[in-house]
Amino acid sequence: MKFKPQIIAFLCNWCSYTGADLAGTARLKYKPNVRAIRVMCSGRIDPTFVLRAFRRGADGVLLCGCHPGDCHYQEGNYRCMRRYHLLQKYIQQMGIETERLKLEWISASEGKQYAELIDSFTETITELGPCKIKETMENLT
Amino acid sequence: MNEQKPKLKLAIYWAAACGGCCVSVLDVHEKLFDVVAAADLVFWPIALDFKYKDVEEMPDGHIDVTLFNGAIRNSENEYMAKLLRKKTKILVAYGSCSHLGGIPGLANFFTGEEIFKRVYEESESTINPEKIRPQHKYEVPEGTLEIPVFFNDVRPLNKVVDVDYYLPGCPPQTERLLEVFLAIVTGAELPPKGSVVGAGTKAQCDECTRKKTENKLIRKFYRPWEINDDGESCFMEQGVLCMGPATRSGCGYRCIKGNAPCRGCYGPTADVTDPGTKMMSAIASIIDTKEPDELEKIISDVVDPAGTFYRFSLPSAIIRRKLL
Ligand code: SF4
Ligand code: SF4
Ligand code: FES
Repeated sequence: MKFKPQIIAFLCNWCSYTGADLAGTARLKYKPNVRAIRVMCSGRIDPTFVLRAFRRGADGVLLCGCHPGDCHYQEGNYRCMRRYHLLQKYIQQMGIETERLKLEWISASEGKQYAELIDSFTETITELGPCKIKETMENLT
Repeated sequence: MNEQKPKLKLAIYWAAACGGCCVSVLDVHEKLFDVVAAADLVFWPIALDFKYKDVEEMPDGHIDVTLFNGAIRNSENEYMAKLLRKKTKILVAYGSCSHLGGIPGLANFFTGEEIFKRVYEESESTINPEKIRPQHKYEVPEGTLEIPVFFNDVRPLNKVVDVDYYLPGCPPQTERLLEVFLAIVTGAELPPKGSVVGAGTKAQCDECTRKKTENKLIRKFYRPWEINDDGESCFMEQGVLCMGPATRSGCGYRCIKGNAPCRGCYGPTADVTDPGTKMMSAIASIIDTKEPDELEKIISDVVDPAGTFYRFSLPSAIIRRKLL
């Protein structure tokens, strides 16, 4: 059976979610593997959310916020970026490929960029294959 | 003569542990006499010559309280956890290893095979050309010898049996143990099952007396030996990683008092799910840069995030082991 990756995307309400919405209203076609979770700001994405997503079987996790300088809460996206870099280092130590976690800035007008991002990220994850952390944790004794 | 209250039956057991927890019990010093006056020690391998057989022969629920220290890393640990659970009314996970996996839990960065290869073939002090490894079963003229099976995964006690209370610390502060013990002996009302006892509810930072500045930001992290600690200001504000923000109070911030940053042995506070994610957030909020390149450089000084954040708790973390 062909591998259908499961991807979780955390999108900030003000820019990225609106951008994703635009991709929808503009009827752009993009890969259906992403489950979007709306958060008020990318600064709300607790690293716990990301690790839980992997723990529960996500093959890839996408973090999206407003472009630098555009966060509606001033600093949220910078905070997100710093967490992202720490998370990258940490997941690598845990044997999870760093490509499985991605951070991108998507503005409210970037519907097209959003659609392209989803396609390219889905492709990356499809090439990597399933993330085995859930299976390992459940089956190893 | 006064009618004597029946004495409490107390057991102390070590699974995958260093022995420090048992020693922390001995650290009650002369108070040990009070303990012995109130309780009969019915099983305590480090100090008393009882055998597993003696425990097996006890009726179920015979022991009032067992302080179980050590993680579960082999079949013997697992067998004893299950046996003591059956024989004990109040089972206490005592110390970091039993509570969260502890230092032995760092083995979850490897597999059993990797550990055996290192220990029996590669370590600098090993000469073993025939690559002899311990066998689970071995035939000798007298019969079959058996040693425990070594697991790939280290687990805290609650992943193997039902646990009544957790007493954190590496090792727990002896004073805290005495308080808990006293509460049990005097029949004080016990907290709800599953509670962490002998510790606070807040974070180390809430008790720590080092000076904290509002919104202090930093541009470089140091290992503790790379700076001259001023002895007064918060470690994090000096750029030294301190697990204080993610760690439960109760030890009396004893490492910080000794001018060493907290390493997190009391485990996460009640409202923290995972010490590592809490630390990532705490660190992210004090770094002073918005430039990705500079950020990467600053974070490169956080040398071993997984080992630092989960030093005592890897087997209880959201991602509780390394992917093979
Ligand atoms: S981070 Fe460490 S030194 Fe700073 S306040 Fe918290 S416990 Fe104290
Ligand atoms: S300061 Fe931290 S590492 Fe030291 S005893 Fe207390 S909880 Fe443990
Ligand atoms: S509101 Fe979009 S990143 Fe903060």
